[in-house]
Amino acid sequence: MALDKATVKAIAFLARIKVPEEDLEHLAGEMSNILGWVEQLGEVDTSGVEPMTGGAETTLPQREDSVTDGDARDQVLANAPEPEDGFYAVPKVLE
Amino acid sequence: MTAALTDLTLAEARDGLQAGSFSSVELTRAHSAAVERARPLNAFITETPDLALGLAEASDARRKRDGAAGPMDGIPIAVKDLFCTGGVLTTAGSHILDGFTPTYDSTVTANLKRAGAVMLGKTNMDEFAMGSANMTSYYGPVKNPWKGGGGRDLVPGGSSGGSTAAVAARLCLGAIGTDTGGSIRQPASFCGVVGLKPTYGRCSRWGIVAFASSLDQAGPMARTVRDAAIVLGAMAGHDARDSTSAPVDVPDFEAGLDAGVGGLKVGIPKEYVVDGMAAEIGRLWEKGAAWLKESGADIVEVSLPHTKYALPAYYIVAPAEASSNLARYDGVRYGLRIDGGSLDEMYENTRGAGFGAEVRRRVLIGTYVLSAGYYDAYYLKAQKVRTLIAGDFRRAFETVDVLLTPTAPSAAFAIGEKMDDPIAMYLNDVFTVPASLAGLPAISVPAGLSAGGLPLGLHLIGRPFDEETVLRAAHALEAAAGFDARPPAVGEA
Repeated sequence: MALDKATVKAIAFLARIKVPEEDLEHLAGEMSNILGWVEQLGEVDTSGVEPMTGGAETTLPQREDSVTDGDARDQVLANAPEPEDGFYAVPKVLE
Repeated sequence: MTAALTDLTLAEARDGLQAGSFSSVELTRAHSAAVERARPLNAFITETPDLALGLAEASDARRKRDGAAGPMDGIPIAVKDLFCTGGVLTTAGSHILDGFTPTYDSTVTANLKRAGAVMLGKTNMDEFAMGSANMTSYYGPVKNPWKGGGGRDLVPGGSSGGSTAAVAARLCLGAIGTDTGGSIRQPASFCGVVGLKPTYGRCSRWGIVAFASSLDQAGPMARTVRDAAIVLGAMAGHDARDSTSAPVDVPDFEAGLDAGVGGLKVGIPKEYVVDGMAAEIGRLWEKGAAWLKESGADIVEVSLPHTKYALPAYYIVAPAEASSNLARYDGVRYGLRIDGGSLDEMYENTRGAGFGAEVRRRVLIGTYVLSAGYYDAYYLKAQKVRTLIAGDFRRAFETVDVLLTPTAPSAAFAIGEKMDDPIAMYLNDVFTVPASLAGLPAISVPAGLSAGGLPLGLHLIGRPFDEETVLRAAHALEAAAGFDARPPAVGEA
């Protein structure tokens, strides 16, 4: 799969990463190479094979649906770049 | 005295502390001084000598009061900068975590702290653990204490390169790192130290900056197999805060080390060869099999037919999980923020400036393979191949107890090499990635020197939660190999 500049630009927007225009060409080449290389997986017959979706064959544990944590607003905000009045401040979202 | 204290193994230091031959404060001062002298290696992002001294004083006081202490009490160690440490800067080697100072400890570092371990500082690493040469750190490359021909600077491997360099250069008695596709074992091989990736679920992932959650696993690095076993014992254990943490008991990993390998069935997977692999790697592998045979093990050839597909499957699964995990770096809650005219622009500016080239590449690949229209062709396909790879191992372990392979296809290479070819860099992990995909415990043991005088490791893979057999076989391999070479001293001369 060869990716073009426009596709890389679209993926970069999906990932919310600003990529300078002059990097797009090179990045498209690198990503195309990597995708071309992983396409060898097409040689493997996986019909009837279940996907492995986790790191171990375990069933996830369940616990009672109750609050076990919380009341830590100041700790949560301690590393925020722009905390304000106990909230995270962000650029205006609604006009 | 100072030189002697940093030359001890962790087990010897433990015994010395218990015998009262020296104090944890003396041991810690000697190591903190070594850390400072070795700054040219760039192995640490943050040094914490004052914190370390406080912990050492507390350990000495505890020992005086109680008369005895656990095996890690008072032992100076280094911690990869991927573990959250309360009150201590945690960067994951990334610009985007600028200034991030967690208000809590990861479960693994909390376990170690409870065991009395003394943290000397946070070690350098590839950005978000993505790399095999420690070249992608925002804080600059780490130099391997081993030197190439003409004194050339070499990479320590990655991503836990700062930790392995620190262990090799005698800056700490042991270190902890994480391994997603080989990030403990490959740098251990490059630096001539022991590196163990435990079974997925053996150590809690809570409080470790996430890369690929179905693969990430914390583990120890040390100068001997015994030392690695001791550190693992203090790290491991079930944790309700990590739903993938296994509710299994933690055995005394050190207790069975000397039981020998008589009658143990060691599998040699014939597919573990790659084009262009140095002949000396193959020769060392054969030697390793011969050593284990002489020690009483049975050597059996086995087949893991899907081995060659492990690396491409990994380079879909790991970036896909990374793209999802790294979505949290949004400039809102912690770390770097670069303003923009809108919320989206602020996200894009922050992430554009905050992520380095390799992280950006992997997040974009991950975003692509998870996007509508490509999910089945790439991501689902890779997950199915992963099932087949795990099945290969399961079948092999019906007839053998442990598998022996090389750790990496080469010795350490020069700083700057392979930087223009991502796939060539990815090939460093060709022998370590399959066990990662299958969630199996695996260890790298220094086994010999290359023609250029650089360390080479051999790799043992075991059944899930059978670290004891892996360690026992590694201990036998270590004894037979008698690896006693050491890198030139740093910061002296």
